Amino acid sequence: MRIPCPCCGDRDRREYTYYGAADFLDRPAEDAGLEAWDNYLHLRDNPAGVTRDLWYHDPCQSWVEVERNTVTHEVLSTRFVSAKAGASA
Amino acid sequence: MTYSGFRVFTQGLTGNKGWTKAWRQPDPKTEYDIVIIGGGGHGLSTAYYLAKNHGLKNIAVLEKGYLGGGNVGRNTTIVRANYFLQGNSEFYSHSLKLWEGLESELNYNVMHSQRGLINLFHSDGQRDAFARRGNAMLAQGDDAELLDREGVRKILPYLDYDQARFPIYGGLYHRRGGSARHDAVAWGFARGADRRGVDLIQNCEVTGIDVANGKVTGVQTTRGPIRAKKVAMVAAGRSSQVAAMAGMRLPIESHILQAFVTEGLKPVIDHVISFGMGHFYISQSDKGGLVFGGDLDFYASYAARGNLPMVEHVMEAGMTLMPMIGRAKVLRSWGGIMDMSPDGSPIIDKTHIDGLFVNCGWNYGGFKAVPASGWCLAHLMATGEPHPVAAKFRLDRFRTGRNIMDEEGTGSQHNLH
Repeated sequence: MRIPCPCCGDRDRREYTYYGAADFLDRPAEDAGLEAWDNYLHLRDNPAGVTRDLWYHDPCQSWVEVERNTVTHEVLSTRFVSAKAGASA
Repeated sequence: MTYSGFRVFTQGLTGNKGWTKAWRQPDPKTEYDIVIIGGGGHGLSTAYYLAKNHGLKNIAVLEKGYLGGGNVGRNTTIVRANYFLQGNSEFYSHSLKLWEGLESELNYNVMHSQRGLINLFHSDGQRDAFARRGNAMLAQGDDAELLDREGVRKILPYLDYDQARFPIYGGLYHRRGGSARHDAVAWGFARGADRRGVDLIQNCEVTGIDVANGKVTGVQTTRGPIRAKKVAMVAAGRSSQVAAMAGMRLPIESHILQAFVTEGLKPVIDHVISFGMGHFYISQSDKGGLVFGGDLDFYASYAARGNLPMVEHVMEAGMTLMPMIGRAKVLRSWGGIMDMSPDGSPIIDKTHIDGLFVNCGWNYGGFKAVPASGWCLAHLMATGEPHPVAAKFRLDRFRTGRNIMDEEGTGSQHNLH
């Protein structure tokens, strides 16, 4: 699998470290309550199809949000996590 | 038809014309007391024990493909009870005891072979960890022996004892561990359930779960609606999709775990062996193929096939441990879709919907759990109370933080298992 890095272009999967679903970008407020934190930390849509998840590109030290298909491994789009306003990952 | 050696003999003399089908092919009725979604190992064993242990009759298993066509046929068939934590250890201990009587219980040859499992360790720290694990196994009433380097060499002379990078310090020997024939386990439970009146309905995909006033009332399927008083979701590998039909989000991420098999060879590996310094475990099937696997590919996937980096890692680890397998030709590889839970332990529980039950999150432990998983889910569905050995497999443990069972000690978060 190759993942296009917004900085470096098409790169091998081995250059990336997987973090998990893009849910991690929507961190709730500290006082948001048990359900919100459970939702953020544990519960997942876990789709069989198009998903968004977070990958760290080690060579350029960038966090990349990848839109891809979990059934075909096709990568649809990528962007820097920092491009998303309020991101904290 | 009851199977026996005598019947094999007489059938052999009469042209094998007298064998009957192992189970019926019924059409779905419009209503059942209990509907089980998923005709894999766990779903079939649940149906079997509902009928056998609790005397229930009006049960259907709905399978979208064919019986045993999912993860029960996509694993490395290892059966063991070497867990450390309370919650897991009593459950897998119970499961191994069920395995030990399974063939006479089911009147079916599941080829359960207790050939012994040896977990190798390669440092003082690993030796301490395995000694502690072995003590936990003994405390649970299972078997464990700590072998030193010479003890391992006596049993496994073909490992590479000369290499300096990952020296073999010893191994934890679990004599009752071993393997079984994966398909036969599904078939044995299917036949047993069918003989007790369970309807096994194949090519019947559940497309909706009906809920009214907080209570489950039935399911919608590709073969029409079916009313039911109780419904169990036993679809590891597709748990999140099934639960989404009931409006639930599960604490599950689906990952690929790859496995490989070589051409058939003469008997050479008599045990199940795991390498402590890389992700590699191996056994030899009765057909002669070396069956081995590694770790997850480590990204969410439903592709049922993996990527090359993990293939490379597994082959390297295998060559490091036992160079003698280097000339064997790999015939094929496959990927199982693993329900990964945040703490690496499974879930057998009720849901917030009355009459709806969930069995999921089997991580790396699904195959060996098949008998006990069905036993415990059947107990929960029939009595309303969790079975004592599965009482800690709670769905809400991540929310409450109580009884997290993190065997690896890495933390209860999705990306850590």
